[in-house]
Amino acid sequence: MKLAELFESGKFVVTAELGPPKGVDTNKMLQNADLLKGRVDAVNITDQQSSVMRLGSLASAHLVKQHGLEPIYQLTCRDRNRIALQSDLLSASVLGIENILCITGDYVSLGDHPEAKPVFDLDSVSLLRAAKMLKNGYDMAGNKLLGAPSFCLGAVVNPTAEPLELQVLKLEKKVVAGAEFIQTQAVYDPERFKEFVKQVKHLKIPIMVGIVPLRSASMARFMNKHVAGIHVPEELIERMEKTRDKTGTSIEICVELIKEMKPFCQGVHIMAIGWEKIVPKILDACGL
Amino acid sequence: MLVSELKPLEEILGYLGDEKNIFIVGCKGCAEACETGGEKSVLEMKKKLEDAGKKITGYCIIDFLCDKALTKLRLATWTDRILDSDSLLIMSCGVGVQVASAVVDKVCHPATNTLSLGGRQGEWRGEERCAECGDCLLDYTGGICPITACTKGLINGPCGGSKDGKCEHQPDVRDCGWKLIYERLKKLGRLDKLREIVPPKNFARAEPQKRLRNTSLWALELEAKQPEVEQVETS
Repeated sequence: MKLAELFESGKFVVTAELGPPKGVDTNKMLQNADLLKGRVDAVNITDQQSSVMRLGSLASAHLVKQHGLEPIYQLTCRDRNRIALQSDLLSASVLGIENILCITGDYVSLGDHPEAKPVFDLDSVSLLRAAKMLKNGYDMAGNKLLGAPSFCLGAVVNPTAEPLELQVLKLEKKVVAGAEFIQTQAVYDPERFKEFVKQVKHLKIPIMVGIVPLRSASMARFMNKHVAGIHVPEELIERMEKTRDKTGTSIEICVELIKEMKPFCQGVHIMAIGWEKIVPKILDACGL
Repeated sequence: MLVSELKPLEEILGYLGDEKNIFIVGCKGCAEACETGGEKSVLEMKKKLEDAGKKITGYCIIDFLCDKALTKLRLATWTDRILDSDSLLIMSCGVGVQVASAVVDKVCHPATNTLSLGGRQGEWRGEERCAECGDCLLDYTGGICPITACTKGLINGPCGGSKDGKCEHQPDVRDCGWKLIYERLKKLGRLDKLREIVPPKNFARAEPQKRLRNTSLWALELEAKQPEVEQVETS
């Protein structure tokens, strides 16, 4: 099922995220999938998130699909050139994967193989365009395909990055290149998100706001320091520090954020980063 | 030596667009040796642009445009003419275009594609400013190279990883290249440039062409152009 169909039906779309394991034991990933089954419309399968080497997102997306959850296959430009990227897109199609999230990818130095050669042969805009060409039955070189894939293409944006105008300019290109829905980086500042939504209104594209539940004050500080593009305001860090019920406060913060931003977007994407059991609780508390 | 070749005239005229008054800056260093930036090439370019209806407000040729202090000093003597111009056309390698952009608050269009170091360097050593990609994008990005200034070499805008204007890779020493490009284009009133989708780079162009490998420009050992060795079929 393509995400675009859900947006068209007017549904407020809910997605979560699953990280493939480092290794071949997929039990934990599939257990986490069970926690999300029936509660979310689809799950993102991350592609070597934070440049840390793991099981591939293509194989994982396939397993998750077999397990009964709709995968959104994340594909980054960091590790593959245009030949491999197009090939992997074709592979995804024959495995029945219909939703693709085209992203640049973190720099290699952020992960556990900092000595690797970064590829970035294509950027996210070019990757979206390449995927759109495949959908139209041609590869990037203009060669005709024997059977064209059918995808719903997604793109990402960071509404909190400065300057906002530059993020919007790039997002416009992504939409022209073929993006059909937008997923944002984690947002902790609803006012900023509203401003962003105002500036991209003309694009008329469904936007899913990104939410990362905070486990603790130290996790928030770690993300501020080490995770590209995330900023947790000091006020929220303090709330996490003072609370005696970390899970309760974390859910409370998520609910506040989602409730405030829901009227301004078409869906929510919850990235629990290994803490998947909190997702149904957040959704219950939001009435989703 | 940085090996460069002139971009096709149509591409250069495309950059100039409606701009009428053009000031030409040539490089007497590597570019003169490649016949892309010395006096002869500058005068030829002047004629071609005049034939295309442009007014050349002046020209100046600097020995090693990659020397920022020297370039600033020399261009200062032409301030009036440069102020009267809509833009500058820079006939040098990619480093020269970036140096000119850094010292003049006017649009600096590149006239060449930089192909390769060819075994030597100009005054500017190292590839951190010009990757010799053979397909110069400096016109599009306001004279700041997206291939070298952006850690990921992104050509259509920034990723989402920068924080406070710093790159996610080595934030203590690296600025977000796209923020620099944005600020530069904003200053020049050319942010609209960023709305164009830049097609994927042709990395085959970074490879020095076969004809160059057989010239003294590329290989120091060669005195002059040598005929290609014919393949003898052995069966």
